[in-house]
Amino acid sequence: MSARSENLRDIARTLRFRTVRMSHLSGTPHLGSCLSCLDLLVYLYWRVLKIDPRNAKDEGRDRFILSKGHAAPVLFQVLAERGFFSVEDLEDYGKDGSIFGEHPPAPKYLPGIEAATGSLGHGLPMGLGMALAARIQGASYRTYVILSDGECNEGSVWEAALMAAAQKISSLTVFVDYNKWQATGRSNEVLRLAPLAAKWAAFGWSVQEIDGHDFAAIEAAASKSDELGRPKVIIANTVKGKGVSFMEDDNNWHYRIPLAEEVRKAATELQIPVDLIRLDGLAPRTHE
Amino acid sequence: MRNAFADEVTQLAAQDQRIVLLSGDIGNRLFDRLRSQSPSQFFNCGVAEANMMGVAAGMALSGLRPITYTITPFTTTRCLEQIRVDVAYHEAPVIIVGTGSGLSYASLGPTHHSLEDFAILRAIPNLRILAPWDAPSLRYVLRQALIDPSPTYIRIGKKGEKDIAPIDRVESIGRLTQLIAGETVAIVAVGTVANEAVRAANALNSLGISPTLCLVHTVKPMPEADLEKLIKSHRFIVTVEEHSLAAGFGESCASLAQRLGFDRRILSLGTPDAFLSKVGSQSYARKLSGIDSTAIVDAVQRLISSSK
Repeated sequence: MSARSENLRDIARTLRFRTVRMSHLSGTPHLGSCLSCLDLLVYLYWRVLKIDPRNAKDEGRDRFILSKGHAAPVLFQVLAERGFFSVEDLEDYGKDGSIFGEHPPAPKYLPGIEAATGSLGHGLPMGLGMALAARIQGASYRTYVILSDGECNEGSVWEAALMAAAQKISSLTVFVDYNKWQATGRSNEVLRLAPLAAKWAAFGWSVQEIDGHDFAAIEAAASKSDELGRPKVIIANTVKGKGVSFMEDDNNWHYRIPLAEEVRKAATELQIPVDLIRLDGLAPRTHE
Repeated sequence: MRNAFADEVTQLAAQDQRIVLLSGDIGNRLFDRLRSQSPSQFFNCGVAEANMMGVAAGMALSGLRPITYTITPFTTTRCLEQIRVDVAYHEAPVIIVGTGSGLSYASLGPTHHSLEDFAILRAIPNLRILAPWDAPSLRYVLRQALIDPSPTYIRIGKKGEKDIAPIDRVESIGRLTQLIAGETVAIVAVGTVANEAVRAANALNSLGISPTLCLVHTVKPMPEADLEKLIKSHRFIVTVEEHSLAAGFGESCASLAQRLGFDRRILSLGTPDAFLSKVGSQSYARKLSGIDSTAIVDAVQRLISSSK
């Protein structure tokens, strides 16, 4: 089946379930953060990015950086489903000796990874460097970065925003996964982000604000033609824990690990066939 | 050294289109030739060093050979995490150049001193640490550093340092450069403080003592083979660096000697574990810190008389 013809909603449902299941089996957290940016990743990897899983290092490939590296479980699921490695390989996630950890490793360890993120505020400067390199070398690839809203606490994000605007680098597109939560509180209460779109606009970026779970809206924003000499930011209003009713907008799921019963409940909500749940015989591990 | 750096980068950039100089808003007029020769090979990244280092890593991962340049503390400790993660962990071929290292900017106060950079950066995997001592050695190590893609930190001085040795005398990365073959005592001087060691060797000569004099530009990887030979062939080693004694080159030497099973006495000269509370010239600050030529002469004499 070609990447183009698949139904994005079906892909997103399947990957949501696999991410919940993997959190349960590995005892690793950040499920809420994973589910809030999942639709953005699905849209980018199935509709936007010019990438070839069989030639992952192709020099002309589009660059994608998941700057909110703690959503690596979703990135791994996406890369597996797109064929950078097998879905079976991912069964090693979180096990001793596995390359699949809670954050993306350096690119040399895993095909499809452009940057080892996890320390917040690193992905945008690196993405800006990649975009500038394209311009210097006359390459036509584009660079995409997903930031979290909590990540916008980091000064380096705004340093990069200033330089991208000064450099008029229109081949750079940022998505802010604006789920309104950070690890321990409401992102607007911890450090005031609002008005987020106005902030980016004041920094000289071309700004759009959308529903980050609506594929038609993501498509419209992503395909909007470049404003001459302006980097692009798409403020994606999202819901932390999106797609699993009892996780939605509940920040406990930043760290909580689902029980087997909760995975089954999520599977039902996501219309996953019972024979694909596969929890039996695999003992869940506890986090820490 | 600063002008030699600008001149060398300008020449290298003309030969290698992958070279991009990223400046942290310093070096007014210093890079004018580079900017007019090739505007796309120069970026003023502003006073935003964390971003500058991340941008450099992104460029390096996309086929370029970026060189970051600003005052040493700002291109090292200010953006340490970007060096550790974006550059070193990614093995991104970035060259980080810190100018005005050690006590070069003694008069600017401790905010502009860099006496901890070796200690902090040595602990980071994948990163080479280089400290040339004059313009020729700087030109040499910069060319060498560009040959292989290892991430590299180069600590340089300011302007006006006198040349110590011609470029063809400078040994390659990972080697010691022996200037004088002597006996009993070997003085090993790291980077820009080399001129104090040269002065000390001359003064010792007139006192009838002929030490060996070696200059070091490679702090990491340690020049182990050359140091081993030196330790074997001398009763005493005196190291001197414009850097804190804490986890500096001297400590690395002592731990190397111990690892190799030598009980040879290694005396290390470096700055004390304190921020300098007085301003002044670089030579004043070196004297105050016990790393000037007089301090080196005293150390050598003490060692020799202790053995009699």
